[in-house]
Amino acid sequence: MVKKNRKNLGNLKGFTIQFLSYSEIRKLDSDERIRKILNIVLGNNIIILQGKLTPNEEVRLIGDTMAMIGHIKNFKGIELAVISENGDRGIFGKMRKGLANALTRGDLGAVTVIGPATIVKEIKRNPKKIELMLNQ
Amino acid sequence: MAIKILRNFFKRIFTGIFVHKKHVKLGFYGPPNAGKTSLANRICKDFTGEEMGSVSKVPHETRSVQFKERVEIEYKGKKMTFKMIDTPGIATKIDYEDFLKYKIKKKEAKKRAKEATQGVVESIKWLDDMNIVVIVLDATENPYNQVNITIIGNLVARKIPVLIVANKIDLAKADIKRIESAFPEYDVVGLSAKYGKNLEEFYESVFRLSKKIK
Repeated sequence: MVKKNRKNLGNLKGFTIQFLSYSEIRKLDSDERIRKILNIVLGNNIIILQGKLTPNEEVRLIGDTMAMIGHIKNFKGIELAVISENGDRGIFGKMRKGLANALTRGDLGAVTVIGPATIVKEIKRNPKKIELMLNQ
Repeated sequence: MAIKILRNFFKRIFTGIFVHKKHVKLGFYGPPNAGKTSLANRICKDFTGEEMGSVSKVPHETRSVQFKERVEIEYKGKKMTFKMIDTPGIATKIDYEDFLKYKIKKKEAKKRAKEATQGVVESIKWLDDMNIVVIVLDATENPYNQVNITIIGNLVARKIPVLIVANKIDLAKADIKRIESAFPEYDVVGLSAKYGKNLEEFYESVFRLSKKIK
């Protein structure tokens, strides 16, 4: 079983995983953030970003991705998933989180995974975990 | 003078209410193949006798935003007129090769993919113009899809009332509870657009939400 898994893993070539600290995008405006993310993804990289984009940035990322399909060779889009803590915190918990987010200017408790669709087949997610299914 | 001011004040209020209620823009959003057009068709057929658009098993059948002006919905003696807006399914990836599985020729599949990408961009542009949005989800699919979360997040940020529809409840695999637990802060209505099942609850929720329009 282990041997089989190793064999399969050996087929996955030509991509890297980049961990991006939120400080890398904190000072960027929305356009620059999206451009930076798409540039990394277009280089066959999977990004694991500390924190998350704003809802508006997320839809703009989807929109810009769509605009690129058909114009960039072999680009078929992205897979995107965000995991963030949004459980029942109560009013003070929410206020504390809001204050922390305001101070850090981002939700650092969240993790965003973005990868090119040519490499990432699917991101399966449920409230507790994200599973990356890769194309072979 | 005082009478004139008072008259203008009431005129403004009543005109506001009248226009407000008369032009409620009801948008249908969601991932591809969830049944947005099927639901919009069902409503239009029931109240106008005409359908809005074509439906298909092939994803991205709706590739441009479609409208139906002045759809008067009557429910329990109440009447409201809506402008219905059916949008193309929002996705983060579109591959023309996926269409080949449905026996579509390569050239046609590429054209469909190109139109589908433009459709997603168009759907996103329309987000700002909605008064109420119905998120149509396929109750047989995993609701924890980032596209669903992103759309809802945007609507919340824009203060647009949201209703979640768990469509395809006629299928054995349908699981409304999974959708309810994924989006506990929202009204979830389970229905079957194809068979017109449980639309009463849907209309009730839409009428209720219309009171929250800002």
